[in-house]
Amino acid sequence: MAIWLTKDSKVIVQGMTGSEGSKHTRRMLAAGTNVVGGVNPRKAGTTVDFDGTSLPVFASVGEAMKETGADVSVIFVPPAFTKAAVLEAIDAEIPLAVVITEGVPVQDSAAFWAHNIAQGQKTRIIGPNCPGIASPGASNAGIIPADITPAGRIGLVSKSGTLTYQLMYELRDFGFSTCVGIGGDPIIGTTHIDALKAFQDDPDTDAIVMIGEIGGDAEERAAEFIKANVTKPVIGYIAGFTAPPGKTMGHAGAIISGSAGTADAKKAALEAAGVKVGKTPSETARLMREVMS
Amino acid sequence: MDLFEYQGRDLFERHGLPVLGGGVAETPQEARAIAERLGGKVVVKAQVKVGGRGKAGGVKLADGADEAEARATDILGMDIKGHTVHKVMLAETADIQEEYYFSYLLDRANRTFLCIASVAGGMEIETVAEEQPDKVAKIAIDAVKGVDEAVAREIVAAAQFPAEVSEQIVEIAQKLWQAFVAEDATLVEVNPLAKVGDGRVLLLDAKITLDENAGFRHPDHEALVDQSAVDPLEQAAKEKNLNYVKLDGEVGIIGNGAGLVMSTLDVVAYAGEAHGGVKPANFLDIGGGASAQVMANGLEIVLGDPSVKSVFVNVFGGITACDEVANGIIQALALLGERGEAVSKPLVVRLDGNNAEAGRAILDSANNPLVERVDTMDGAAERAAELAAAGK
Repeated sequence: MAIWLTKDSKVIVQGMTGSEGSKHTRRMLAAGTNVVGGVNPRKAGTTVDFDGTSLPVFASVGEAMKETGADVSVIFVPPAFTKAAVLEAIDAEIPLAVVITEGVPVQDSAAFWAHNIAQGQKTRIIGPNCPGIASPGASNAGIIPADITPAGRIGLVSKSGTLTYQLMYELRDFGFSTCVGIGGDPIIGTTHIDALKAFQDDPDTDAIVMIGEIGGDAEERAAEFIKANVTKPVIGYIAGFTAPPGKTMGHAGAIISGSAGTADAKKAALEAAGVKVGKTPSETARLMREVMS
Repeated sequence: MDLFEYQGRDLFERHGLPVLGGGVAETPQEARAIAERLGGKVVVKAQVKVGGRGKAGGVKLADGADEAEARATDILGMDIKGHTVHKVMLAETADIQEEYYFSYLLDRANRTFLCIASVAGGMEIETVAEEQPDKVAKIAIDAVKGVDEAVAREIVAAAQFPAEVSEQIVEIAQKLWQAFVAEDATLVEVNPLAKVGDGRVLLLDAKITLDENAGFRHPDHEALVDQSAVDPLEQAAKEKNLNYVKLDGEVGIIGNGAGLVMSTLDVVAYAGEAHGGVKPANFLDIGGGASAQVMANGLEIVLGDPSVKSVFVNVFGGITACDEVANGIIQALALLGERGEAVSKPLVVRLDGNNAEAGRAILDSANNPLVERVDTMDGAAERAAELAAAGK
């Protein structure tokens, strides 16, 4: 078992015919993901060949779900069209929408999140600006490389893509149940807390790695949640201890304004909740080894 | 992107919000001309993107064009908390009776927007918020429904604006929200929103942040960038679509992915503690799937910084293939050599992940004396810090 994405998940790709979408559809298929089709209204009715796997293109998410039983959509459309794509996924009530696109205006993210709330939150949104979700050995929805680690019993939730890969790599001898990249934007659909809750409830996850970044107070809120609700061991890592205030470091959310959102504040909050926090990725991996051994 | 006050004033005016007449000047002579146009008393305000300019002497009253020119001469070139004043805004003066506070901003924690409003506006708003939180109303704004008349009335009631200004503020709240949405802002702050002698309510200051991700909808926003504040290396990087931030240390950093690069800055800073306190010289994220050309562009930017004494290339190949990165490094060094900009600074390279073995083999066979391969992140950071300290 894993959280949110299993070997039974049926995945469609919004933007499958674009360059990023087709490249990563090929990779997802190679990783063993059950990709069942794509969505593009202008190319509906055609099929696309991926190294011998022929995938149908549908006019809408709703049609794709009806024809294939898809329950996961991975969204690769450009920023200007992301809001419309996510709204379509929400209206079709697909259970999981993974928004990979980087550079989505925050008002668009706020709008699709508000719409999701208004529709009763039938869709779990991961992202935007995230690497997606991977349950090693079972399924892979997004751009997380599939060959870093085999399946295992560590769960991972992270704001950052490459840091996720780094930790997966360092702990590959233990393996992972599910790795969730939630993205570093100011407004995201799935939070650290959502993933912590799911890992706590997942019988196949024994311990959790939580990776945060400077900016916002998501890690502080996660710390409160852990204190009250999580009994499994959690190991934390925060990037940006030495980042200067007022500079945006790549992720739109990774900016320190005033005193809030510093790595030190996040580390202190996590440690107060009983979470051990590594100073570097390698120390974080070492702390997790102690837990798992 | 943060706007200057005068850009904010212009933006408010364009959206039909009530502001005072004004203009911006870069020289005392321009200030005189604006003062003549406005007539009578004017206020001369330093244009800096930092608070506390009033207390620092950056806001002065002037009676007539002569005085305006003199005050502009005083203020232009001033240093306010490390920001040099390159521009002053001149505006009509107002007989302020009451000062209110009003803002719309992004509320990350609740994944929506927030209105903050208070009748106790002015310079001390932060103290008010701390000591009398009940005087500061916070109203969540639904991102889809926005601020219509009913929501505007709710805001006015929550903040307890006086009855004689409530109709004006209901109008301002709606128009300000329309401007916030139309311009893709993440913050509009008006402090003070003031009631003046003739009973009108005016927006007398503007603090605005625009969402750079929404630039594709706003080609006009490009003109609002403050060119005097743009670091030339950051500008060069931007033109090559690289995400570069100049810092003040000696170890140049190149990596893939914002989180890994931030983490690299930390690891280098820790390692530097044992090597004379050397620090990262920059943040540079070459992104996912970076090609040899992108790697070459990145190296060129980092090596263009004279304070860089060593370079740490830290790549975890997820989508990015390490052999591409290795080729990029070798090609970039050759390219720079051909241009007569022979590289003399040592590079420490750590490659892991996708095609790491092939990448390492490429570096080994190139056998460039400046390139050193270290296969762990911690070890490579240590070596880069050591080399930077030796090169100082």
